[in-house]
Amino acid sequence: MNIAKLTIPEVQDGLRRKQFTAVELTTEALRFAQAENPKTNAYLTFSDERALAAAARVDAKLAAGEQIGSLGGVPIAVKDVIVTKDVKTTCASKILSNYIPPYDATAVERLEAAGGIILGKANCDEFAMGSSNENSAFGPVRNPVALDRVPGGSSGGSAAVVAQGTAVVSLGSDTGGSIRQPASFCGCVGVTPTYGRVSRYGLVAFASSLDHIGPFSRTVADSATLLGAIAGRDERDATSARHPVPDYAALLGDSVKGLKLGLPKEYFAGLAPETGDRIMAGVEILKQLGCEVTEVSLPHTEYAIATYYIICTAEVSANLSRFDGARYGVRSSKSDTLSDMYKNSRGEGFGTEVKRRIMLGSYVLSHGYYDAFYLKAQKVRNLLTQDFTKAFEQVDALITPVSPFPAFKIGEKVNDPIQMYLSDIYTITGDLAGIPCMSVPCGTTPDGLPVGMQILTKHFAEDVMFRLAHQYEKAGGFTA
Amino acid sequence: MKLTEENVRYVAGLANLTLSEQEIHQYTEDLSGILTHMEKLNELDTSNVEPMTQVLFADEENGSLREDIEHTPLSNEVALANAPVSGAGYFKVPKVIER
Repeated sequence: MNIAKLTIPEVQDGLRRKQFTAVELTTEALRFAQAENPKTNAYLTFSDERALAAAARVDAKLAAGEQIGSLGGVPIAVKDVIVTKDVKTTCASKILSNYIPPYDATAVERLEAAGGIILGKANCDEFAMGSSNENSAFGPVRNPVALDRVPGGSSGGSAAVVAQGTAVVSLGSDTGGSIRQPASFCGCVGVTPTYGRVSRYGLVAFASSLDHIGPFSRTVADSATLLGAIAGRDERDATSARHPVPDYAALLGDSVKGLKLGLPKEYFAGLAPETGDRIMAGVEILKQLGCEVTEVSLPHTEYAIATYYIICTAEVSANLSRFDGARYGVRSSKSDTLSDMYKNSRGEGFGTEVKRRIMLGSYVLSHGYYDAFYLKAQKVRNLLTQDFTKAFEQVDALITPVSPFPAFKIGEKVNDPIQMYLSDIYTITGDLAGIPCMSVPCGTTPDGLPVGMQILTKHFAEDVMFRLAHQYEKAGGFTA
Repeated sequence: MKLTEENVRYVAGLANLTLSEQEIHQYTEDLSGILTHMEKLNELDTSNVEPMTQVLFADEENGSLREDIEHTPLSNEVALANAPVSGAGYFKVPKVIER
């Protein structure tokens, strides 16, 4: 058994054949992850006690001849913006460096109910704001594929643990590409489901109209299994969708022959060949599988970055007002008056990028600028969404790059916020429209850096997206 | 769009953020650059476009309402466990009103 390459079916097979118990596997997974973690800094906290207790429950079920669940015994990492009861949850921020949540996120509850084993909490950009994982208050994550490079962000730790083999699957969150971009940089599968498909109860809010929880894995099938376990209506999140959850994993084998795929021309104009060539090679494989490929247009794409950073920062400024030094988190020692407590706790507790976004959001919502920026952006968001609606009248799925470039060097872009924001160009549109989208590995650049291909489908058509990705993966042979 | 340091100090006040002189300087430059990029949206005529505030799906009327069922909330003790300062069952903050 190679613990760094295990898949969900291999874990479950090993348990059924009594090659190992869940407690043995968990013990070894924790040991391996803790030994390997200094290379990448991908985990912030390990939850040994909780993991071993969950493993013992799986073993008890096995002994009693009961079903162990679709994630039974599977070692999982959870991004540190998703709360875990009695396990420190920092959002990679100084202001929450001591926060021990009194409750579990719904996604966490569901993955444990399905038998999943939470090994620990994955590093990320502070409050999920960033595209490189360099904004963590607890140090950057290094890309396991090339240790001098970033793993992408904001769910950099969640991508790195899967690529490094220190978890079988993981949970991340995506607001503007924070699952798909790190998946592409680290060479693993990352899925942003339809907005509302997974409850956000217990996801520390960043931009509520854009936030998603989603899976990372080494195979498409494993992401399908993980999403199936956490998706579905949750009364504690009024935005969670009531649509039935299909058995994604069972539908992976259905034919993709005759599916119509669109290549949006705006996503390929000016794309460097090191990325573009890999995507087009992927499209060739999809053609060989019987898909029909046509060019389509999403004409408002060039307005997406401005739209996204107005809406997301406006929501940031509102959502992060709850961190005030009064009820949880760190209070400044300079808190002589109530106003000083607020201002100094926030000024000292938040990092550079978080403060930059709070400032930007407060500005675009301030008197005299609301209509010019925020309302305008909401209108353009509608136009961007209509672009997708029109495209999906012609095609079943869209194929695009995930990122304009592969993983860059740590420190390379950190001092230029606009350059960093522009790197999200191909991923933010899916979040603005709320459609499902994913990154699937499609080979490497001449320098050996992973490239991800993005598949986007209509609302709630995750089954079509997974099917395309799975059969592409089988035909292309690009498992992590 | 060029912001002044005065604009940035005002917004920091709205956002309840203490910023250093160096941060004020940096954010004045950063925000000016980003807002200039955002002015690109003015190229589009949106006079007949509805604003989109949320991703919405078709659902039955009142579909997102739940049954009104009692749940046990977090206990006072648990809710206060993360408070920087608490006492007598309350969050404690610096004095707000002078006696």
